[in-house]
Amino acid sequence: MPSTLIEKIIEKNTGLSKVVPGQIVTVNVDRVMIHDIFIPFVADKFHEMGFTKIWDPDKAVLIYDHMVPAAKVEDIRHFQIGDAFAKEQGLTHVHRTDGICHQLMTEAGYAGPGDIVFGTDSHTTTYGCVGCFSTGIGYTEMAGILGTGQLWVRVPETIKIVINGFLPKNVMAKDVILRILGDLRSDGATYKALEITGSAVDRMSVASRMTISNMAVECGAKCCLFAPDEKTCEYCGCDLADVDWLYGDEDASVSRILVYRAEDFIPVCACPSQVDNIHAVEEEAGTPLDQVFIGSCTNGRLEDLAMAARILKGKQVAVKTIITPASRKIYLEAIEQGYMEILAEAGCIITQPGCGLCCGRSGGILTDGEKVMATNNRNFLGRMGTNKVGIYLGSPATAAASAVTGVITVPEV
Amino acid sequence: MKKTFTGRVFVLGDDIDTDIIIPTEYLALPSVEDMKQYGFYPLRPELPGLIREGDILVAGKNFGCGSSREQAPEIIKALKVSCVIAGSYARIFFRNAINNGLLLIENDQIQEYVKEGDSITVTVGEKIEAGGRVFPIPALPDDLMEILEAGGLVKAMQKRNGIAREE
Repeated sequence: MPSTLIEKIIEKNTGLSKVVPGQIVTVNVDRVMIHDIFIPFVADKFHEMGFTKIWDPDKAVLIYDHMVPAAKVEDIRHFQIGDAFAKEQGLTHVHRTDGICHQLMTEAGYAGPGDIVFGTDSHTTTYGCVGCFSTGIGYTEMAGILGTGQLWVRVPETIKIVINGFLPKNVMAKDVILRILGDLRSDGATYKALEITGSAVDRMSVASRMTISNMAVECGAKCCLFAPDEKTCEYCGCDLADVDWLYGDEDASVSRILVYRAEDFIPVCACPSQVDNIHAVEEEAGTPLDQVFIGSCTNGRLEDLAMAARILKGKQVAVKTIITPASRKIYLEAIEQGYMEILAEAGCIITQPGCGLCCGRSGGILTDGEKVMATNNRNFLGRMGTNKVGIYLGSPATAAASAVTGVITVPEV
Repeated sequence: MKKTFTGRVFVLGDDIDTDIIIPTEYLALPSVEDMKQYGFYPLRPELPGLIREGDILVAGKNFGCGSSREQAPEIIKALKVSCVIAGSYARIFFRNAINNGLLLIENDQIQEYVKEGDSITVTVGEKIEAGGRVFPIPALPDDLMEILEAGGLVKAMQKRNGIAREE
């Protein structure tokens, strides 16, 4: 029987010859990610459940990113509890200052094609960019996995999204996922897997696919999968022959198919304060801004910084502009490529890799009536300061073009 | 958990988000017992005072959407409803509910045939009897039933690890 990509991953993991949507199965977990925000709760529940040793210390990754560097005295407690838990359990995969969890998980090789990975953050869907089934869970469940190595999963229906052709030059992966969110709406993919395919996707970098799988959770999706190809293998350091079983069969049963012509995409933004409130950047053009933010696990990768540098080269920003690379590795590469010099000369503030700005927890917060063009993934009320801040979500190209003018601006690339 | 039970129905609409089930401002209260009087506060503040042990919540689609807060299912459980019946559930809420020992039933037909105050009968894993009609419901898998029967994931794991206390 034909299978979708998510069904194939679950079938391989469980040894079941065929799974169908709605079926509940127990999977063996290949890796888990716990971040600094929830580690105290996970450690508590783990001990309360009566566990003493985690099932496999090699399979757990602990990442400090939301609170790095600490902005409040009480944040330090999270690091202390995390360090103590890591020591008690013999965890070796601990990242204290290396970058954002969702960047590190694929970058450091913890999540790869065909793996099943769970994390305590809703944007854990990101690793679908390399054909990994990954999704967010609560802290009680994470404690249960640490003790048993297993989790129950409802096999999701699949929504297939086909994008063929060539994207316009000023359109980035961010514009693609924002348009998809606008079409599916914020609950349009609840429980479901997105499977994204087509010639435009084949041409995309892994980094671009990452932007799309990262934001898939904003329409409720459980995961967002791309079949691995040569680019995936180069990024993950694996052989195509080992992962060529990872694709959705053409005749597999899916709940919905969306087909797009890549040429039809335009720069768009999510307007305050819903992620599915999508408008053409052109419609919003001229809106005065107080800040621009380029970074996060959605858009803090090398190609994003390259785009910003290309637009800002030899220019000066007209509003406060903050750049946050997604990881230290990306930071160093951006220095090596000369992007950081260009961005600094243009007047940008460059911050350490981390989550603080995106979730309004440290740095770059705004107040009533202010507006920001940002490349992160949520524009909810109060996300980056008070609940009267207007957050517009756009691509790095749109953000950089808007930084130059100080008003929302359609990028010309 | 009883296999068959009868309860009085409270009817809720579509997209009941976890901020409605327990607003953020009450999350800092010391316990779920303190919080439960504010359950559904933005929508129906009188509800916690009306719900009696064994009542049933019937809602529309996308129940429990929004924030992943585990306190949402904990509050419904603390109000002692016997189950929630909804057209569909948001993913993280569904998991958090099972893990906190709250029975969820998915059915998108019954909403048309029940009104608030009706008495309906549920046979777990088999059917709902309401207004002279019978609505078949799927059985939950054994693994999930074990978690529910134990009263949630922490207790299920305690049982597994041989440290469960009899209640």
